Amino acid sequence: MYNKLIFDYNTPNRVGYDLPTHFAKFDNSKLLAKYGRKQTMILPSASELEVVRHYTNLSLKNFGVETGLYPLGSCTMKYNPKVDEAIASLKGFTNLHPLVSVNECQGSLEVLYELSQKLEKITGMSGFTFEPCAGAHGELTGLMIIKQYHLARKDKKRTKIIIPDSAHGTNPASSNVCGFEVISIASNPDGRINLSSLKSVLNDEVAGIMLTNPNTLGMFEKDILKITKLVHEAGGLCYYDGANLNALLGRVKPTAMGFDVLHLNLHKTFGTPHGGGGPGSGPVGCIAKLVKYLPNPVIIQKGDHYEFSNSKTSIGHVSGYYGNFLVCVKALAFIDSLGETNIAKVSDNAVLNANYIKEALKQDYKLAINEPCKHEVVFGGVINENGVTTLDVAKRLLDYGYHAPTIYFPLIVNEAMMIEPTESESKETLDEFIAVLKLIAKEARENPDLVKGAPHTTIVKRIDEVRAARIPLLTYRELINYHE
Amino acid sequence: MHKYLPQTESDIQNMLKSIGVKDIKALFKDVPESIYLTKEIKIGKPLSEDELFKHFEVLANKNKTNICLLGGGVYDHYVPSVIPALVARQEFLTSYTPYQPEISQGTLQYIFEYQSFISELTGLEVSNASLYDGATATAEAMLLACGATRKDKIAISSALNPRLIDVIKTYASKRNIKVIEIELIKGRTSLKAFNKINDGSLAGVIIQTPNYFGLLEDATPFSAAIKENKGLSIVAVNPLSLGLFKSPLEMGIDVAVGDGQSLGIPMGFGGPYIGFMATNKTYMRKLPGRIVGSSLDSEGKRAFVLTLQAREQHIRREKATSNICSNESLMALWVTIYLACLGNKGLVDIGNLNLENAHYAYKKIISLPHFKKVYDADFFNEFVVETDLSLKTIDRVLLKNGYTSGIHVGPHQIMFAITERRSQAEIDHLVELLGGIKHV
Amino acid sequence: MKIIEGLKYTKTHEWIKVNGNEAEVGLTDYAQQHLGAIVFVDLPPVGDSFKKGEEFSAVESTKAASDVYLPVSGEIIAVNEALEDEPGLINSDCYANYIAKIKINNPKELDDLLDAKQYALIANK
Repeated sequence: MYNKLIFDYNTPNRVGYDLPTHFAKFDNSKLLAKYGRKQTMILPSASELEVVRHYTNLSLKNFGVETGLYPLGSCTMKYNPKVDEAIASLKGFTNLHPLVSVNECQGSLEVLYELSQKLEKITGMSGFTFEPCAGAHGELTGLMIIKQYHLARKDKKRTKIIIPDSAHGTNPASSNVCGFEVISIASNPDGRINLSSLKSVLNDEVAGIMLTNPNTLGMFEKDILKITKLVHEAGGLCYYDGANLNALLGRVKPTAMGFDVLHLNLHKTFGTPHGGGGPGSGPVGCIAKLVKYLPNPVIIQKGDHYEFSNSKTSIGHVSGYYGNFLVCVKALAFIDSLGETNIAKVSDNAVLNANYIKEALKQDYKLAINEPCKHEVVFGGVINENGVTTLDVAKRLLDYGYHAPTIYFPLIVNEAMMIEPTESESKETLDEFIAVLKLIAKEARENPDLVKGAPHTTIVKRIDEVRAARIPLLTYRELINYHE
Repeated sequence: MHKYLPQTESDIQNMLKSIGVKDIKALFKDVPESIYLTKEIKIGKPLSEDELFKHFEVLANKNKTNICLLGGGVYDHYVPSVIPALVARQEFLTSYTPYQPEISQGTLQYIFEYQSFISELTGLEVSNASLYDGATATAEAMLLACGATRKDKIAISSALNPRLIDVIKTYASKRNIKVIEIELIKGRTSLKAFNKINDGSLAGVIIQTPNYFGLLEDATPFSAAIKENKGLSIVAVNPLSLGLFKSPLEMGIDVAVGDGQSLGIPMGFGGPYIGFMATNKTYMRKLPGRIVGSSLDSEGKRAFVLTLQAREQHIRREKATSNICSNESLMALWVTIYLACLGNKGLVDIGNLNLENAHYAYKKIISLPHFKKVYDADFFNEFVVETDLSLKTIDRVLLKNGYTSGIHVGPHQIMFAITERRSQAEIDHLVELLGGIKHV
Repeated sequence: MKIIEGLKYTKTHEWIKVNGNEAEVGLTDYAQQHLGAIVFVDLPPVGDSFKKGEEFSAVESTKAASDVYLPVSGEIIAVNEALEDEPGLINSDCYANYIAKIKINNPKELDDLLDAKQYALIANK
């Protein structure tokens, strides 16, 4: 099996690059005497083919959406269309400096304007910024807008954000980074907000609430209209964490639920690739009265010309330029390919797929909530587990050629296993996946050690995480200098 | 029917039957009727692939991509073809954060290699798996310094890129962190001005090199001075310059940050780029974001895995050091392949080519009648010149001749970035054009 | 679940062993079992003072992180440096491996703490 690091390629004078011929003479000795580097570096020396082969071999140690079903709950691992990649690679998009004059970037501005228009229609919001580079970054931006709104009204007491304990960990973390105090409220067993615990914490110190709907158990907040009304009555704003929008796309507008600010994850709902953890894109939208707080600039249309518009009350910049622009290009292409006739079928089919899995597996796995779920379904481990944990089931799935679901989240379900099939998967793929999970449940009953020892077929076996944390070896230099 | 939606009408009926409901709407029965949409949202008819591609080609062509003289943190560098080809492999492109290390060794290993590269470039012991961009990385470094020192005041050089300053101030204002800008002398951060405010109340100081005006700065005296008051020294660096110039370690720096765009990432109208952050072991557990470590599997084989996760939001929630959930992984791969191709030799070579080309252009431009120098010539690949000509006229003339003009850094000052991509003919033509402009 | 007679305990699963006006503070068996393999102990600076109930240290496993609270107000006079290299010592014997030694500011605060029997009711719940 291929087992080299790029640093193992170190033949002196072998190169993997070329450059134009130097034409200008410049004596750098005076400059280097003052600013020059003396510290040496350990860098590889490899030919171009050696580099290409190395990273091709590394890619073969990875599992992607095109390898097989990737049912990672809450991450919406849908198909990433090839044409979107081709479009985002057009030189007119890739080869443009972000500080060019407005006349030189009309195409890019039109992309952002169009995307904003379409997202406004989909969500009901009145304006969008594309500066946030990821979902968590969008949360932070949205919270900053909420903070700015209250401060602008001289309502300085509002320092608290309400977050249910079933929420994604980024919600409380973003609130903290934004300088808010987090009020965590206990959810009902179905992850839904407990109205009386909500009421008990509402007062004039509450800046707002952060919610995802459907919640992290895949359940729709039935009381959503009551919840947002209560928060509004107490003077707070309602933030929608768009992580789970794939369940409601084209069917429910977040503004109709009473939300004031939201972020969307273009890399989830709008089919842009996750890239091994990024680049994502987390555009933030808000209702009309909050638009003036969005990061500057927003793009406006004047005739068939696009321009920047700046607001004096903006929260300021949250990233260097206009966010992950090329990701926005892909998201717009995704929306335009589906169009108005298909966009709601995304959520319809995502929800259908999740419920199909739920019904098929509830005899074998402990269903967390026995109600129709939305785009994802949560189980709490194998029925008659026989010592087999959710981790074991997840690892056994790898043996059968599947990515594992999200495990041990949400925290409020023991042995949680969160499956999100997305709309991209066919009935046949789901049937095969269901059959494998049933088989694993049977193995757990009959031969638990087989499951507990999984994975058996992967290139590496279970990894010692305790060792990794107790002896952190984070670079090549540390690795070669470490001896047991 | 749509090619991204595999469920046929008969599939849907069969699946509904197995679920035991009569239609899909029944699965939404917990949604209040008043907010459930049955009508289409008017976002336009679906476009077939060919229509879609043509539509976006038209949009792309509405952008004018010229010979780029703009810099200010983003530069027109050569992108080796091997990078987009390798990065487009679906195993890299479509996977997610490597939660299942057994089937994610590809991602985990390239992040480990990325961390190693960043550590070598900066000289600092540890790097995280990357952040969004240079500006947010600098703001995160400020939060790290405030957290580590339990102080809420930060000093920043006025010669930081204004985009960095903007983001720093946005983050700082929400946390009631006080940001103090240090005055400049001749385009560089004034040590004297810094010494006046370095009174023990500072969480840290942030210096940039090359700074916004393209000038190299030696942060050594700043790091020494802040250390005496138990604050952290932070430097924002252009990583491409580190083959030639002092590493952050050599300048005694605690935290190095920057944008990886100059390492072969296309300008892409602002992103995606990548922010990097490196530090020494003392602050390892204060780093935001993901970190990959080398460990062993149950059979004793080397294997990579996400580690030191107890710092992160999914465990610490509101007590996490940062809200960063993921990283800019694919861009980390981009930078990693770039540095793998270049190696030591390439990094020095491309550094020198930038230096030579920029100084070649600089000398020619400041010898033109209407242009003169502003600062000394200790710059890397970007420099400011002063002119009594109208900047608007300069921009217009250049644009007409296929150049995107430089950044206006003052009413009579313009800054040009000249990278390894600028040929002698392009530079000579630029000089000729500038020399031909007359007063209106 | 090991609980030692003669020590004082907190509801947040710290133990304190009093010796005159000084005391050792550590994590209980319940805490170490729930955390799993401990991979890092964040030791406080010697000389720092903390109030009763204030977090003075933090411990990390691969899956969790937990703050450690000071049972009574005091000044840190020593830390168990062995935990820097071997945080797992807390897993192997949590009562033999204190995290910090403190000088007690107000001995009266000791009266509010739980004894072994009272703590057992919480830990065995």
